[in-house]
Amino acid sequence: MSGQTYRPEGIADDFTTGETAADRADAATGAAAGTSATGPGDGAGRPPSGTPKAPRLGWRGMLRWTWRQLTSMRVALMLLMLLAVAAVPGSVFPQRPQDPAAVVEYLGEHPTAGEWLDRFGFFDVYSSPWFSAIYLLLLVSLVGCIVPRTISHAKALRNRPPRTPARFERFPATASGTTSAAPDEVTGAVAAHLRGRVRLLPTFRVDTGTEDARPARGKVPARPASRTVAAERGYLRETGNLLFHLALVGLVISVGIGHLMQYRGQAIITEGRGFANAVVDYDTFESGAWFDPESLVPFSMTLDAFTSEFATDSVAFAQSRDFTADVTVTEPDGSSSEHQIKVNHPLEIDGAKIYLQGNGYAPDITVTDAEGATAFSGRVPFLPEDQLYTSRGVVKVPDVSEGLDQIGLIGYFLPTAVINDDGTAESVFPLPTDPLLVLEVYRGDLGLDEGVPQNVYRLDTADLEASVDEDGERVTLLLEPGDSVELPDGLGTVALGEVVPRFVALDLRHDPSLAWVLSFSLLALVGLTGSLFLPRRRIWVRTWTSDGVTRVEVAGLARGDDAGLSGEVERTLAAVPGIETDDRPADENTEG
Amino acid sequence: MEIAELSDLLVWAAATTFAIAMIAFAIDLGRRGDERIEARSEARAAVVPAGADAGTVPDEAPAAGDVPAAPRRRAAGIGVSTSWLGTGLLLLGIVLRGVAAGRTPWANMYEFTLVGSFIAMVVFLVLNLRRDVRFLGAFVTGIVTLFLVVGLNSFHVAATGVQPALQNYWLVLHVGVAIAATGIFTVSFVMSALQLLRDGRDSGTPFLTRPGFRWLDRMPTPGTLESMSFRLNAVGFVMWTFTIIGGAIWAEDAWGRYWGWDPKEVWSFVIWVVYAAYLHARTTRGWSGRRAAWFVVVGYACVLFNFTGVNLIFNGKHSYSGIS
Ligand code: HEM
Repeated sequence: MSGQTYRPEGIADDFTTGETAADRADAATGAAAGTSATGPGDGAGRPPSGTPKAPRLGWRGMLRWTWRQLTSMRVALMLLMLLAVAAVPGSVFPQRPQDPAAVVEYLGEHPTAGEWLDRFGFFDVYSSPWFSAIYLLLLVSLVGCIVPRTISHAKALRNRPPRTPARFERFPATASGTTSAAPDEVTGAVAAHLRGRVRLLPTFRVDTGTEDARPARGKVPARPASRTVAAERGYLRETGNLLFHLALVGLVISVGIGHLMQYRGQAIITEGRGFANAVVDYDTFESGAWFDPESLVPFSMTLDAFTSEFATDSVAFAQSRDFTADVTVTEPDGSSSEHQIKVNHPLEIDGAKIYLQGNGYAPDITVTDAEGATAFSGRVPFLPEDQLYTSRGVVKVPDVSEGLDQIGLIGYFLPTAVINDDGTAESVFPLPTDPLLVLEVYRGDLGLDEGVPQNVYRLDTADLEASVDEDGERVTLLLEPGDSVELPDGLGTVALGEVVPRFVALDLRHDPSLAWVLSFSLLALVGLTGSLFLPRRRIWVRTWTSDGVTRVEVAGLARGDDAGLSGEVERTLAAVPGIETDDRPADENTEG
Repeated sequence: MEIAELSDLLVWAAATTFAIAMIAFAIDLGRRGDERIEARSEARAAVVPAGADAGTVPDEAPAAGDVPAAPRRRAAGIGVSTSWLGTGLLLLGIVLRGVAAGRTPWANMYEFTLVGSFIAMVVFLVLNLRRDVRFLGAFVTGIVTLFLVVGLNSFHVAATGVQPALQNYWLVLHVGVAIAATGIFTVSFVMSALQLLRDGRDSGTPFLTRPGFRWLDRMPTPGTLESMSFRLNAVGFVMWTFTIIGGAIWAEDAWGRYWGWDPKEVWSFVIWVVYAAYLHARTTRGWSGRRAAWFVVVGYACVLFNFTGVNLIFNGKHSYSGIS
């Protein structure tokens, strides 16, 4: 029967081959077992002894051999090991897709090594050619292994249990006994027991048969005509295994398609303001190759309010406890609705999910230049740098009146500020009970007209002149809400608005593959559970009458490790009416 | 006394109890080593037909001498009862920790260590109800004692609430199952390590054939150890698979993507692949047995690294240890 069952090259599997370890030992001591000679490096790992010369393979033979190798258990194992090793560098080196700034920093610190690492893709491991090669080969191997297995399993599903073997003693679990019941009664009782109580869903698939009397042959003693039962259960185990492997393929494919179709945009919005779902309205926007900008549903969204809560007990002082953004969404048809977005609770609109990814303060800052003209007015997001929301931000003021120096402000926003004895200020709580804005002032050419894209949260001060006092110390301006302060060197004034608006960083994402990814993952989990825990067993029974008593012998074979096999064998024997079990030496496996 | 302090005290008490259990189990192992030798010489002294293998003396040496076999294992009995006691103390410590923090008690490294150790002990003790696995005792209690002491000294943080990203039922499921899997992998690792040692001794590895390793002779055969280890690994692997899927579902909600190759995700993936490789190795000709057991050792090393190294060295989204 192993002829029609597909097995990957190199699998050690007594069950499907129908041969036991004892058989193999027999074969090894006998003539060289002429099993599948697959050319170079035979499947069993050693060239079959006595094979004179491998026949010339030719290119088709080579191809077939390569395919056999690629879909062999050993290669799958190698590839899995490689995959594990290849994944590691991605946790050691900074990765471009996750943290581009860290990569730049690393390259700066290790110029030579960094360049080589970069060349070999170590800063983007999971899209590197070598990582991709490993998982693609694994996928090919998987498909090559799984498709034929599925076909042969589909056939096996209709198979009858294999014929009752001639010798029972070589099986891992056996039991025997005697009874006064007739062999026909025995097989009937055993068959009913094995099928189980549910008629439509039999536990075992059972065949009963008859055997003619046979003379002693080799080690097998003579036997009168007998009745036999052959039973098999656990087809679902293999089904589960195949389901698992197929689901993995589905998983990888749906993840890949998701990458091609998804899009993701980030927007920072402040209280009372909003944004529209259009590519141009996002601060950053990324999308896969199959993304179509038309597919964005043009809803718009306003941030009505943002609230946060922090712990005030001494143990966890200032740890965040809750963030809530209240928003109003207006659909293209004009209808609007109110929602809440929280961490862990994204808002779903029109197939896209909107996440609350960050928050902070965006003080309202107005700069008036030396000529009295308003050179800048707006809300400036200051990015929190620690748990106490010590937040850093810059104001770039290029639009001063003709002939004046441009102005740059760098500073910190402290939601609850205390001023230390040495004059430095620090934040002591994340909520705005006593806000303070601390600014340093620069003047010169901000370099915005040179066309080089600039980070809005960074001010390059290399070519700028800092304002200093008579002692050469940097001038720092301190502003509380509502304050208006003169800039040094007669540059003008800066004012801080009465209320400090909050900002939220929103992340909008659409990935049409999510449902597929989840379904395949769960299928894989179900399949895996089945393939590991559903027992696959065969039970054979032979019974005959001699000298007026009926002998019953039972043997069992299981796929893989199966602690319950001997129990199954014993229960089968116990199902025989009036059975008297033979004494047997204790099972050697129960030591320990 | 504050509830949180009481919890810490109970954990210290549990660690001490496990240390005592370990000593008891170790004494038992030492005795059994001697017993083996005695059994051997007895077997030789008795009139044995030439060629009989002394190694086939039944496991529970028959009451051959004047000393019956049972009292010889009194130390192991003490080990088991102190293990139960320690496990009870630890459970109480965990429960009180949860009460003090007002949430599920597994949200940071310290608590993870407590619960993981607890599960390892429960796996060992429950297994021991079904068959005699007292030979594992010294190693499981030893590892657990080590975990608890390291946890108390290096990972301990005050009991308190959690940040918004952690306020989710997935904290209970994803982290809970991850911890359970870790506890199971701990016990199966001990089994596979013993398998490798016993196998090494049987095949005459010079280091392992020294008299100091006599106790290995009393371990079950490598084959038995392997199949016991496999059963646990299979359960652990399914749970780990669930951990990863659950983590991805949670990450989709909390971080806006289900998978982002964050260091913790990378290492969870590596662990998963190593144990998948282990399952394949078991069924690959020439790789089952000894070689497959090495995968368990490597896999468990990855589990430990994922827990300690990744939390403390790498800077990822999973930096919830609370240790600064
Ligand atoms: C992405 C790569 C793969 C993963 C993650 C994977 C995972 C697994 C897992 C977890 C099992 C355990 C289930 C069990 O033991 O019953 C398993 C079993 C199995 N795998 Fe794979 N597999 C992969 C690729 C392959 C490939 C390429 C082959 C073919 C060469 C293969 C052939 C098998 C076979 C035959 C079994 C059943 C072993 C047995 O008899 O128990 N797998 N696989």
